[in-house]
Amino acid sequence: MTTVTDTMDNVDAQHDHHADHKMTGIKRWLLTTNHKDIGSLYLWFSFIMLLTGGAMAMVIRAELFQPGLQIVEPDFFNQMTTVHGLIMVFGAIMPAFTGLANWMIPMMIGAPDMALPRLNNWSFWILPFAFSILLASLFMEGGGPNFGWTFYAPLSTTYSNGSTAFFVFAVHIMGISSIMGAINIIVTIMNMRAPGMTYMKMPLFVWTFFITAYLLIAVMPVLAGTVTMVLTDTYFGTSFFDAAGGGDPVLFQHIFWFFGHPEVYIMILPAFGIVSTIIPAFARKPLFGYSSMVYATASIAFLSFIVWAHHMFTTGMPLAGELFFMYCTMLIAVPTGVKVFNWVATMWRGAITFETPMLFSIAFVILFTIGGFSGLMLAMTPVDFQYHDTYFVVAHFHYVLVTGSLFSIFAAVYYWLPKWTGHMYSESLGRWHFWCSIISVNVLFFPMHFLGLAGMPRRIPDYALQFADFNKWVSIGGFAFGLSQLIFLALVIKCVRAGKQAEAKSWEGAEGLEWTVASPAPYHTFATPPKVD
Amino acid sequence: MAEQNQPQIKKSVIKLSITVVAMFGFGFALVPLYDVFCEVTGLNGKTASEATTYQANGIDESRTITVQFLSRTAKNAAWQFKPEMNSIQVHPGEMKFVKFYAKNNTGADAVAQAVPSVSPGQAANYFQKIECFCFNQQPLQANEDVWMPLQFYVDPELPEDVTELTLSYTLYDVTATTDS
Repeated sequence: MTTVTDTMDNVDAQHDHHADHKMTGIKRWLLTTNHKDIGSLYLWFSFIMLLTGGAMAMVIRAELFQPGLQIVEPDFFNQMTTVHGLIMVFGAIMPAFTGLANWMIPMMIGAPDMALPRLNNWSFWILPFAFSILLASLFMEGGGPNFGWTFYAPLSTTYSNGSTAFFVFAVHIMGISSIMGAINIIVTIMNMRAPGMTYMKMPLFVWTFFITAYLLIAVMPVLAGTVTMVLTDTYFGTSFFDAAGGGDPVLFQHIFWFFGHPEVYIMILPAFGIVSTIIPAFARKPLFGYSSMVYATASIAFLSFIVWAHHMFTTGMPLAGELFFMYCTMLIAVPTGVKVFNWVATMWRGAITFETPMLFSIAFVILFTIGGFSGLMLAMTPVDFQYHDTYFVVAHFHYVLVTGSLFSIFAAVYYWLPKWTGHMYSESLGRWHFWCSIISVNVLFFPMHFLGLAGMPRRIPDYALQFADFNKWVSIGGFAFGLSQLIFLALVIKCVRAGKQAEAKSWEGAEGLEWTVASPAPYHTFATPPKVD
Repeated sequence: MAEQNQPQIKKSVIKLSITVVAMFGFGFALVPLYDVFCEVTGLNGKTASEATTYQANGIDESRTITVQFLSRTAKNAAWQFKPEMNSIQVHPGEMKFVKFYAKNNTGADAVAQAVPSVSPGQAANYFQKIECFCFNQQPLQANEDVWMPLQFYVDPELPEDVTELTLSYTLYDVTATTDS
């Protein structure tokens, strides 16, 4: 991929010519247009949201620890499942990826900053408002949104508890933030690459964010449209989804999943980019099949637009439709398989060391593949009729989102933490975090497969007695996984404050422009673009 | 670096913003597109929302179709609503007249709208209504009742494998949205 000629000059140049003139105190963070500051803001925000959404998951698992209703009312349980989903998708995973994009993309392509720094500031600072609105609605009379994160009509319209308006405005703000972030990423990558860095020389990390940003541009406006229709149906007497007025509730599902399916790739493509960066670094071999990775990413992005109705097999679709969406869905396994093959081939006969980023990346490859396989099972129409709305679905998407997306974010944080803070993190704490997480996450999610196959439905605060033993184990795994994340918090705080001084190139096998600048990365990097051969 | 690229950056931003607006519009365009798609393909059990005229070429007495009638009221409509019979045998092309009974039990004047759906969905395009109470809203005063007409025939083109079809009506209270 990329080779850099003037490595050491660059490190010096940054130090000599650029005093870190930044504002002090809170103003630095409120008014900052620096991509590194904004990246940090995004990452801290997403971590706070992870803990918030995680606390809600703890409520859910505490209620499901044993059969019967013990701790919360069913209505509050529904609010917990709904807001847990919304927070994790829009508050934890997506902003964490945007944060990584902000931190790393300019440094990886040799740009001084993002193309639209002020827009960048705005994209971040509207997010806390969105989530304040959403979380505040939980404390209002009638409670917060309780219709599931998928907000199917008529649950969110006719039968809403009054939280719909808050939910809709919160989603609007999140959507605006994501769209502005995506525009910024695309514009930066298109216009600010260092001389000599052609598209096919870009790190795969940059490629995946580039494609993800296009997906965001294409589908976040559709989500905005959907919530707008829900809003007007609920409060202004329109009948988009109301059969009495000539609308159709099934239409809601079509429009929602037209957004929803590309959305799940928005949450996994950047993870592919991260893992494709880390595995070569610790296998000390270049990425196997770089261009096939680029094309596979693009194919997955394209296919994501024509598979949406596999979420709706049980709505009474005609056979032809079910077959079309089933085959298209299974087709996605092909480019995904190419990727998994390439990661394994990269590791093949490599001189592998197992630092924490690599541990999380390998766990990603294995566990994401398990999530992919359960996805293939769900893609089969006839069996989906049995699995639909059971814990099997819950197990599937938590394998791809937690051990997939979230693990890749952990891997990325460990990998670049020395670059961000200038300190090496505590490897032993990192290992504790990894092993506690990997054991507990499987205790948490693996039994859910069996619960689902045995017929336990999702989103219900009570269950039949025969599910009791497995649910107890799932809950224990859940509490352990939640607590394990506190190790991560401690590790990051410790690393920010002190630690062994990190070298400019913190990992022996690391490649890329970001390792040519000092650690911690100076406030301004690449004011003069580097040359890329 | 950034300064030299300003014009290109501006161009990219404008293009992307237009895409965003277009995709927002596309979300809304899906609404009529979906209706057209359902109407053309007859998916989703949607029947025509306007009366047709009788166009069949004779009656096909070799086939007998059972048409079942279902009636239910939506959660918010406290009306009595039922067909005069549960099912009827028809030959394709044969015209039939069925009445549905509705009574407003709410003690307040109300307007209701019945929404039909045909199952199996593939038969929806062959179920032809010449007259139907579902084409219009039905106002009823408190405790008033009414027999509402349905006149239909089954198109002889109906696929061979369909021997039974179900016509389901859901009655909604639409008083709130019809203030006139």
